[in-house]
Amino acid sequence: MSGLLAALRRIGAMTVDGVWRLGFAMRFLVAVLMYSGQSLRRIHLTLREIYFSGVLSLLIIVVSGLFVGLVLGLQGYETLQRYGSSEALGVLVALSLTRELGPVVAGLLFASRAGSAVTAEIGLMKATEQLKAMDMMAVNPIARVVAPRFWGGVISMPLLAAMFSAMGVFGGWLIGVVVIGVDDGAFWSQMQAAVDFRYDVMNGVIKSVVFGIAVSLIAVFEGYDCNPTAEGVSRAITRTVVTSALAILALDFVLTSFMFRGQ
Amino acid sequence: MSTPPAGQAPLVSLRDVRFAYGEREVLRGIDLTVHRGQVVAIMGGSGCGKTTLLRLIGGQLRASSGAVEVEGRELAHMRRAELYALRRRMGMLFQFGALFTDMTVFDNVAFPLREHTELPPSMIRDLVMMKLQAVGLRGAHALKPAELSGGMARRVALARAVALDPMLIMYDEPFAGLDPISLGVVGQLIRRLNDALGASSIMVTHDVHESLLIVDYIYFVSEGRIVAQGTPDEIRASTDPFVHQFVHAEADGPVAFHYPAPAIDTLLQEGRR
Amino acid sequence: MMSRTTLDLWVGFFVALGLAALVFLAMKVGNFSGLNNAPTYVVEAPFDNIGGLKVRAPVKSAGVVVGRVAGIRFDAERYRAVVRLELERQYPFPRETIATILTSGLLGEQYVGLEAGGDVEMLANGDAVAITQSAVVLEKLISQFLFDRAAEGPAPASK
Repeated sequence: MSGLLAALRRIGAMTVDGVWRLGFAMRFLVAVLMYSGQSLRRIHLTLREIYFSGVLSLLIIVVSGLFVGLVLGLQGYETLQRYGSSEALGVLVALSLTRELGPVVAGLLFASRAGSAVTAEIGLMKATEQLKAMDMMAVNPIARVVAPRFWGGVISMPLLAAMFSAMGVFGGWLIGVVVIGVDDGAFWSQMQAAVDFRYDVMNGVIKSVVFGIAVSLIAVFEGYDCNPTAEGVSRAITRTVVTSALAILALDFVLTSFMFRGQ
Repeated sequence: MSTPPAGQAPLVSLRDVRFAYGEREVLRGIDLTVHRGQVVAIMGGSGCGKTTLLRLIGGQLRASSGAVEVEGRELAHMRRAELYALRRRMGMLFQFGALFTDMTVFDNVAFPLREHTELPPSMIRDLVMMKLQAVGLRGAHALKPAELSGGMARRVALARAVALDPMLIMYDEPFAGLDPISLGVVGQLIRRLNDALGASSIMVTHDVHESLLIVDYIYFVSEGRIVAQGTPDEIRASTDPFVHQFVHAEADGPVAFHYPAPAIDTLLQEGRR
Repeated sequence: MMSRTTLDLWVGFFVALGLAALVFLAMKVGNFSGLNNAPTYVVEAPFDNIGGLKVRAPVKSAGVVVGRVAGIRFDAERYRAVVRLELERQYPFPRETIATILTSGLLGEQYVGLEAGGDVEMLANGDAVAITQSAVVLEKLISQFLFDRAAEGPAPASK
C-alpha cells in the first residue's frame, strides 16, 4: 500500500516537474526570441553555428539517408514484386521518405549529433562561469550564446532533412533500378504521379521545421538550465537526446494527424 | 598606499545588506565602503558569502534588504540597460578565470572591446597587445586557454577584465590554486593595475599574507557579518580572537572545527548513527 | 578556429546543397503541381456512388491528367455524392461531357474520367456535369456474377 502511494507520489512529482519545466522552457523561448534581433544583426555568429550544427552533421545525414534508401528499396521491392507492381517502388520509397522518414530520422540524428553538442557547449560554459563572466561584461549570454545556436539549428534542420530524403530516394533508385533492374522510366514517372509537391514534400518540410525548432529549443534550454557541474552537464546531454526523441515522435504524430487525415 | 581622501563620496557602499538563497541566510547585515583608488580585501572562511557579496555589487544578485550603491546610485532600482551600462565600467576576475574556451587568448581579451566598441581591428589589436603586455603575456596571444597554466589563465582573465579600463575591478579568489611565484605575480599585478588605471579594486580572498602586502583596507566576514576591519597595520596588531585565528591559521577558535552537531555521547546512548 | 572565409564557404556550400535537395524533391520526386498554379475552373458532378474516390485524385481525359478532385460532399436532399472537379483552364470541355469513376488497373487508385460530348457550349465555372456514371463496386459485381451463375444452375463443365 505504501509502495503504491510512493509510486503515485513519484508520478505526481514527475508530472508537476514536467509541467513546470515546460512552462520554464516556453518563457526561455520568449526570451530567446526577444534577443534574437540583436544576434541576427551580427549574422556571422549564426553562420558559425550553422557550420557546427549543419555542416558537421552533413556526413552522418548523407550516409544514413543513403542506407535508409537502400534498405527501403530492398524491402519495398521484396514486398511489391509479390503483387507484380514493382514499378511502384519509386512511389513507396519517395512517399515514406518525404512524409515520414526524412524529417523524423534526420531529426533524431540531428538531436544526437548537433543537439547534444550544443547542450554540452552551453552547459560547459555555464559550469566554468563563462556565461556569468559574459553577463558581468555587460554582454547578454542569451543574445550572444543561446540565440545564435538556436537559429543555427532551426535553419540547419530542414536543409538536413531535405538532403536525407534526397539521398534516400537516390539510394532507393540505386537498389531498385541499377541493382535489381526495375524500369527506370516507370520508377520516376510513377513517383512523380503519386508524390505531390504541396501535399507530400511541403508537409515534410513543415515537419522538419517544427522538429528543428523543438530540438534546438530543447538543446539550448537543457544546456542553459543544467546544474553547473560535470555531472549536471552530462545529465543535461542525456536529457537533450531523450527529450528530443520523444518530442519528435510526439510532434510527428500530432502533425501527421492534422496533415494526412484520410479523406 | 593611498588613504581615503576625506570628504569624497565612496565609490561603493553597502549598508545593512542582507541576502538569502531561499531559506538559507548568507549575509546578515553587511556594512562596507570602498573609496576611489583603494584596493580592499574581503576575507573569511570558505562559504561565508564573500562571492555573494561581489555578485551583489555587480548587480547579478539583488539584496533581500539594505542598500547597495555604486557611485551613489542604488542598484536595486536600476533597469537592465542601466545595469549593463554600469557593468561596462566594471571588470571582474572570476575564480578560475572563466576564459572563453573556444577563443584564443587574443580573442578573449578583445571580446569586451569588440562587443562594446566600434573600434577598427588595427586599434583593437594594439589595445589587446597593450593589455597583454601589462600582464606579461603578449607572447601567448595565439594560445588557447587549454594550453595555459592556472596562473597564466588568471593573468589573461585579468587583462580581459581591464580591457575597457574599468573604474572598479573585482577579484573572486585571485590567488586560489596558485604556486607561490604566480601568487606574488598576480598580487603585484592587482596593485599595479589598480594604480595605473586609477581604478578601485575589491578582492575576495582567504590568502591573508599576500593580501596584507598589497591592500589598503581589509574586512573580515564570518557567518554573514563583518567581524573585524582595518588597515593592514591594524590587522597585524589586532588582538581580536577571530583575526588572530585567521592570520595565524589556527584550526580551532571562534571559527569552530566541527560543523554544528549533537554531542557524540548523546548519539551513542540513543544507539543511532 | 578556422578563418572566417573558410567557414562562410562551408556554410554557403551546405545551404546550397540543402536547397538543391529541396529542388530535387520538388522537381524530380514530386510533380510540382503546387507551384504551377495554372488557372482552373470548377465544375460539379453528382454521382450515385463514388466508391473509393478520394479528394485530390486525378481527373483524366483520354488518359491525360486535366485536373484534380477538389472536394467531395454528400447531397442530403437527393442522397447523392457531389464531386467538385478542378479542371485546368486550358482544357475546356463541352456541356455534354460524361464523367465516369474509373479504376486504374484492377486494384489501383480510382480517378474521374471525362469523355467529351458534342455540345457547342462549353462548361463554365460552377456548372454541373449532367451525365455521370458511378464507380464499379467490386463486391456488387462479384455478388451479381455469383447470383447470375446460381440462377443459371450448375454450369456445364465444358463451358
